[in-house]
Amino acid sequence: MSDIAERVKKIVIEHLGVDADKVTENASFIDDLGADSLDTVELVMAFEEEFGCEIPDDAAETILTVGDATKFLEKNAAQA
Amino acid sequence: MRRVVVTGMGLVTPLGSGVETVWKRLLAGESGVRKIDQFQVDDLPARIAGIIPRGDGSDGTFNADDWMEPKEQRKVDDFIVFAVAAADQALADSGWKPETDDDRYATGVLIGSGIGGLQGIEEASHVLRDKGPRRLSPFFIPGRLINLASGHVSIKHGLKGPNHAVVTACSTGAHAIGDAARLIALGDADVMVAGGTESPVCRLAVAGFAACRALSTAFNDEPERGSRPYDRARDGFVMGEGAGVVVLEEFEHAKARGAKIYGEVIGYGLSGDAYHITSPSLDGDGAYRCMKAALKRAGVSPGEIDYINAHGTSTPLGDEIELGAVTRLVGNAAAEMTMSSTKSAIGHLLGAAGSVEAIFSLLAIRDQIAPPTLNLEDPSVETAIDLVPKTAKPLPIEVALSNSFGFGGTNASLVFRRHHA
Repeated sequence: MSDIAERVKKIVIEHLGVDADKVTENASFIDDLGADSLDTVELVMAFEEEFGCEIPDDAAETILTVGDATKFLEKNAAQA
Repeated sequence: MRRVVVTGMGLVTPLGSGVETVWKRLLAGESGVRKIDQFQVDDLPARIAGIIPRGDGSDGTFNADDWMEPKEQRKVDDFIVFAVAAADQALADSGWKPETDDDRYATGVLIGSGIGGLQGIEEASHVLRDKGPRRLSPFFIPGRLINLASGHVSIKHGLKGPNHAVVTACSTGAHAIGDAARLIALGDADVMVAGGTESPVCRLAVAGFAACRALSTAFNDEPERGSRPYDRARDGFVMGEGAGVVVLEEFEHAKARGAKIYGEVIGYGLSGDAYHITSPSLDGDGAYRCMKAALKRAGVSPGEIDYINAHGTSTPLGDEIELGAVTRLVGNAAAEMTMSSTKSAIGHLLGAAGSVEAIFSLLAIRDQIAPPTLNLEDPSVETAIDLVPKTAKPLPIEVALSNSFGFGGTNASLVFRRHHA
């Protein structure tokens, strides 16, 4: 697992209060990890903070799974 | 109108979590007032508060994790956590668990708070200033709104009846119980989860109330002596945190399911001072009219009151004004009147005070004992009324009255009667 994937996983565990083994690449924040729409807004903010980048709203809307987040951040993170 | 009784109670206070723990400590004369050590106080004039003992949940300590998941706690101010905990306790105590849709529609929530989530507002304003609007949490607003205490309790227990909140400063808890009882009396609900909650022990609130010159500042080194209603040395109120929530129920509804009944809500009075934003009217007329209205509704005479749980905040002005109003109300019965201020033990819980003190009044009825006014060593005025200095007093109590008065000149009185099965 890449460094970015590890950091994404850690943030997801922390913010959604879920078990580590549930945070798989294909896990959907809303359908599998119990997040609501406000949780996903906060998650995106946490990614921005951790990786020092800005995630515009239209990009945020496409980040639905743990893997989506990792892929986006691998491309866009300033401090990877 | 339909009769309303109290069938469940929950408390989170500076004396601990759980009704029986708090009551036992209150009767024993213990104090929940401590030095504030969770934030910087060296530049504040007031450095003490009634602070909930946190812990693992044993020995009456409060463990927030017992009532709300940690990831949910992060999203809300403490006043919501306290309300959820007290409501859980009250519902469990009442044994009422709505299982059909009709039961859920007939069960509502009315929990208020005086000032809501000041701590979260303070923190969010720093985020806005230092990091900009994009860094504000989406949970900032729903975690501070006062009616979200009712919202969380409703969501957690599936209560789909009236969902309401009261905001009347230090009268909030009493108004919440009184208004909720009316909703039942008028048939809008059969059961109401009602009360007040407050989490004001943060820098912004302490500094703000200190700026109003409302807080005690002379007992920073002896916190347990700071809240001293009616005593000559009193110099302001001591802020406190916590929540008190009751389950109110239509009498026949409670009887039909064999519920335990703590007492009946027989009277509720409201009035306005129309005088000053923070000071009570000097002639005590607002308090007098409020008590009188509650007694009229209750259909009892002043002489029938056995115990008064006073507003008695330990401010130089307020205590004597209330005492004067009570003296005017009861007249010759003053010599047989017993009145104490339990704020002497837990401080002033602001929006939670009225409901916490309503619960103390009901427990006084249950156990036939008046809780003490701590630190009352040298009364500042002479009165025939027994203010129960320092030690609890066994007392036959059929009728108890509880007073709450708030900034803005808002007054509420509740009258409870002992229930004989």
